[in-house]
Amino acid sequence: MIYLDNNATTKTDERVLDAMMPYFKEEYANPSSMYNFSKKASNALKEARGVLKDFLNAKDEKEIIFTSCGSESANTAIKGVLNYNKSKKHIITTKVEHPCVLNLYQTLEKQGYKVDYIGVNSNGDLDLEQLEAAITTDTALVSVMWANNETGVIFPIKKISEIIKSKSPDTKFFVDAVQAAGKIPLDVQENGIDLLGISGHKFHAPKGVGALYVNSKTLITPLIVGGHQERGKRAGTENVPYIAGLAKAAELAMDGLKYEATEVKRLRDKLEKNILKNIYNSRLNTGVSNRVPNTTNIGFEYVEGELILLHMSDLGICASSGSACTSGSLEPSHVLRAMNVPFTAIHGSIRFSLSRFTSEKEIDYVCEKLPEIIEKITAISPYQEELAALKAHK
Amino acid sequence: MWDYSEKVMDHYRNPRNVGKIDDADAIGSAGSLSCGDQLKIYLKIKDNIVTDAKFQTFGCGSAVASSSILTEMIIGKSVDEVRKITNKDIADELGGLPPEKMHCSVMGYEALEDALKNWGDYQDLDDLREPEKPEKIVCTCFNVTENLIWDAIKQNGLKTVEEVTNYTKAGGACGKCKGLIQDIIDTYYTKEKSEPKLSPTQRILKINNIIETQISPELQKDGGDINLVDIQDNKIYVKLHGKCSSCKNATLTIKRFVEQTLKTALDEDIEVIEV
Repeated sequence: MIYLDNNATTKTDERVLDAMMPYFKEEYANPSSMYNFSKKASNALKEARGVLKDFLNAKDEKEIIFTSCGSESANTAIKGVLNYNKSKKHIITTKVEHPCVLNLYQTLEKQGYKVDYIGVNSNGDLDLEQLEAAITTDTALVSVMWANNETGVIFPIKKISEIIKSKSPDTKFFVDAVQAAGKIPLDVQENGIDLLGISGHKFHAPKGVGALYVNSKTLITPLIVGGHQERGKRAGTENVPYIAGLAKAAELAMDGLKYEATEVKRLRDKLEKNILKNIYNSRLNTGVSNRVPNTTNIGFEYVEGELILLHMSDLGICASSGSACTSGSLEPSHVLRAMNVPFTAIHGSIRFSLSRFTSEKEIDYVCEKLPEIIEKITAISPYQEELAALKAHK
Repeated sequence: MWDYSEKVMDHYRNPRNVGKIDDADAIGSAGSLSCGDQLKIYLKIKDNIVTDAKFQTFGCGSAVASSSILTEMIIGKSVDEVRKITNKDIADELGGLPPEKMHCSVMGYEALEDALKNWGDYQDLDDLREPEKPEKIVCTCFNVTENLIWDAIKQNGLKTVEEVTNYTKAGGACGKCKGLIQDIIDTYYTKEKSEPKLSPTQRILKINNIIETQISPELQKDGGDINLVDIQDNKIYVKLHGKCSSCKNATLTIKRFVEQTLKTALDEDIEVIEV
């Protein structure tokens, strides 16, 4: 099996699993308890908070809240800010956010909030002028993803933060960093971020754990109310084994950033160049944009994405598609539509996302097999004349 | 991952009859590139028999499988037989399709219908034909016509807007036409109900049939039975036998059950009287 769908989820690192096991077996105490037996559990929690503080370069450990997933982090941040200050009813986000955030904003619109959705250009880069124009002192929250899950395009977080603070210093800035964590350095202080969410399973921790950074100047109303855990910002007995795993994964990710930027990127570029060179009806959907090192999104013209995935799956290759047929809805990816990817290519768009576990041999195999697959599918397309013209042109 | 049948997988892996027939007698198409799937079908027809069929499809696994199996289903058949093929036949032949993928089978049906519309006896009579009325588009995102939605409801017994979306894609993007789709569903079922007006004899036969097949077996389970005695307008006289007849409580329950069953089946206000 060749797994090139690491933006969907990743393999749990063995070392992460090892770090978790003691808290399932021997050290099962509730970290809040008042006996010696709970000390190791509460220490694990404290250490994990320290690691996450370093991972995000937060100022203080108290700014880290452990959650169950990226969606919970985003919901806690967004609803937390809006519910704390109910007088402001304006939100700004982008057209290409992850559905977990977009669907939440659509719900909030029904509750009376005004939401502006900022567009992107054909490379996937955010329209900063439009963003700047939309900000007013009534803006409660600006919510932007750090890196896009489908294209890997990185948004200029520092610049966005500067724009926000210059126009409306009280407006809060939430960054969905789920796809950036483990791929590029994250520094909340340097980038002027108020709230930031991550999810463990996107960087080799297991599913079911995430974290939210909320800086000390930002107050939120908790989403989950109950016990005093997480300084009252997220009730519920702490999931010690998973939090220990998240911390180990963050530690490994920090060590691995250079490898991501060099080796993972080299393999991604190799795959990308090979496909674009050897398959005449392929196009890079992101153009020249700044991207995370592991992701490439390629459109295959006049063929449909699900069929490509099914044929790849027969060879044990896992990737994902922005086509309508795979998204469960009947429309292709909202991200690719926002980028105006031509309709000849949007339904045949495939995302390959690598990880530190991807080998050169695997990439070579995909480079070898993919042209045959695309050729087979192209042969049954009703657009033979258009394809011939495309071939002649290339 | 979709739960595709073995047959669907076999057909998208090894599609049959791929390509174009240059001197085709009929060509039909359905869908479009911008909508995410398109099917073209080419037919060779001789002496009213489909002697060859080929297809070209841009679409997902189930779209290719639907096109591929359709060509197999029609080669060797008479045009009259081919005209009777519905999307349900295509899906059944494939061993079923996931509900969200039923629109692929509808696309096969649509392309076939399109091909046959363009073929045949009418070819020489072009001048005599009334100009075709433009079809009313219900879903502008996917260009779905009222006729196609109507056919899909009729052939598959669709009851909800969601089902219509699964089968035809209509309403699957912006969703603005969902109200219109609901109207079509409502109109269809109102029409269907009012259409077959029963004659007095038919009505008696129908009531008797319901009593024999739906009501009597239920009562027999408890050691009783029921007979139809007489019908006068909305009053239906019945006789209870066995255990049922001696039990007062049961009689009330049975009366309600018999009444409800007949009411639902006949869509009439009915009173059941025990004699």
